[in-house]
Amino acid sequence: MSALLEVRDLRVAFTRRGEPDTVAVDGVSFEVDPGQVVGLVGESGCGKSVTSLAIMRLLPARGVRLTGSVTFDGTDLLTLPEARMRELRGREMSMVFQDPLSSLNPVVPVGLQVTEVLRRHRGMGKEPARREAADLLDRVGIPDPRRRLDSYPHQLSGGMRQRALIAIALACRPRLLIADEPTTALDVTIQAQILDLLGQLVRETGTALVMITHDLGVVAGMCETVNVLYAGRIVERARRHRLFGTPRHPYTHGLLRSIPRLDAPAGEDLAAIGGSVNDNLPWTHACAFAPRCPRSLERCVEVTPDPETAGGRLLRCHNPVPASVE
Amino acid sequence: MATTWLERRRSRIDGLAQGRSLGAEALRRLRRNPVAITGAVIIGAFVIVAVLAPLLAPHGAAEAFPELQENLRPGRIPGPQEGFPLGSDQLGRDFLSRMILAARQTLLVGVLATLIGLVIGLVIGTLAGAFGGWVDTLLMRVTDVLLAIPSLLLAISVAALAASPSQTTVIIAVSAVAVPIFARLLRGSMLAQRESDHVVAATALGVKRRAVVLRHMLPNAVGPVIVQATLTLATAILDAAALSFLGLGDADPGRAEWGLMLAQAQAYLDVRPALALYPAIAIIVVALGFTLLGESLREALDPKGRR
Repeated sequence: MSALLEVRDLRVAFTRRGEPDTVAVDGVSFEVDPGQVVGLVGESGCGKSVTSLAIMRLLPARGVRLTGSVTFDGTDLLTLPEARMRELRGREMSMVFQDPLSSLNPVVPVGLQVTEVLRRHRGMGKEPARREAADLLDRVGIPDPRRRLDSYPHQLSGGMRQRALIAIALACRPRLLIADEPTTALDVTIQAQILDLLGQLVRETGTALVMITHDLGVVAGMCETVNVLYAGRIVERARRHRLFGTPRHPYTHGLLRSIPRLDAPAGEDLAAIGGSVNDNLPWTHACAFAPRCPRSLERCVEVTPDPETAGGRLLRCHNPVPASVE
Repeated sequence: MATTWLERRRSRIDGLAQGRSLGAEALRRLRRNPVAITGAVIIGAFVIVAVLAPLLAPHGAAEAFPELQENLRPGRIPGPQEGFPLGSDQLGRDFLSRMILAARQTLLVGVLATLIGLVIGLVIGTLAGAFGGWVDTLLMRVTDVLLAIPSLLLAISVAALAASPSQTTVIIAVSAVAVPIFARLLRGSMLAQRESDHVVAATALGVKRRAVVLRHMLPNAVGPVIVQATLTLATAILDAAALSFLGLGDADPGRAEWGLMLAQAQAYLDVRPALALYPAIAIIVVALGFTLLGESLREALDPKGRR
């Protein structure tokens, strides 16, 4: 089966006159099969959001240098004319953003924001679009959808807004949905509901989902394949169970150890990864994670580790955690 | 008892849940603000007087009365008397009628000049903010040049271009001052909108460029411009009065105008100060009314002040 979305060696650099480029995404490659749920995990500033914006071609044209390729169903998105891209967006590929309040237009009733997409991409008339919109809001679990069509975004709760945004994103049954931290702005209880809803809808419609998050819990519950990003590069990729069962990259390992556990002995300190993303080394002649890595060797600050694939796992590390640990 | 209370409460909650636009919300807050009410009352009274002026004014603006004229002497202008509550002006015309009829001119010039300035400013601001690039650069440099010239000086220059001053030239001159202000303001908030999440989200849904600009950017960007329009009405009235005062106003003697009345009353300040005082007060009060309403409108529409 050929991949629905194929990202090859994607590199995003922000350019500024008189200053060296800031490389946000540095050679990211991954694939998404039709109907598959893929996770992109990493901490703030590792390039997850930029990757998603680059795939949707939503980065500003000026001051950004994009290289590599993004192929969607055989079409190279990076060279596609903007008009064709606009046809694809919303119909074939859609996106759900992080902040549900600011992602809805505050002066337009929610219903109109749903019908707008339906009328644009599915050529529906005013009334059928309205009926379909009510139907969609119903499907994402918004009570009393007919009345909600006339509500303004500020009259809905955060969870409702995110449900509405999901309804809008899935209105045209796209083949690919990118969810950029869809639950970060929500309460924990609402988070679980929204994730369930996303998973269920994606299964029903056969939409492939790229889940972008910093929350490993989110990934553990949904994604088949997980990509762990660090400083703009994928450091480890494996099937979910393999990744969570035997994390090999020290960064993944550290992330998993820093999740609070209910069964931890009382009084034990929570493990943490020292330092911050700012302590990175440039990937050009080192491993960016080396300064924070408990397993770093001499080699880690001299030679860039190359990605190696073994046993269905991609790993970029000179001194990985042994598979037997834990 | 209990049921009616419950029903009332339920319908109130339903009402809250029903779509109530931001505009309705702002209006509710305006109604509670005494400053806004003061401004609205002043403007309301002014508009009523201006619209009904021909009915309210006992006499015509250019009508001179022999019984007033025969009492006109150097150093004496007849004051209030039977049939002429505010007395005569320097040419034996009814001062009250002229004050009332002038309101009409002021409203007409102020509103038309602001509207013209607003429309042209909106078009320029939208083009600059939506397209960016060289369109933006070109339009904004021209705007900057216009903004660099003091507003009254600009209005005088534009008005002086016309062969003979008339009401139309006053309107054009005053709106020329307003255009760059509106254009810059709108362009700024359009730029802010372009970066906003919901515009990126709309783009991510494949919404057409024109719809993104007109439905998602413009309505969110016009707030400050609308507020500016009320404030501009005040300055437009002041500018128009200033142009008339300087002799660049409406030359038609059949129409009364506060600025011109003020100018002509200068020579009689020691004889009858009321001739200068009343038009001056009228101009100040009306301009104040628009400023008060504009300021409270800005407060009411400010999303940070939302309670």
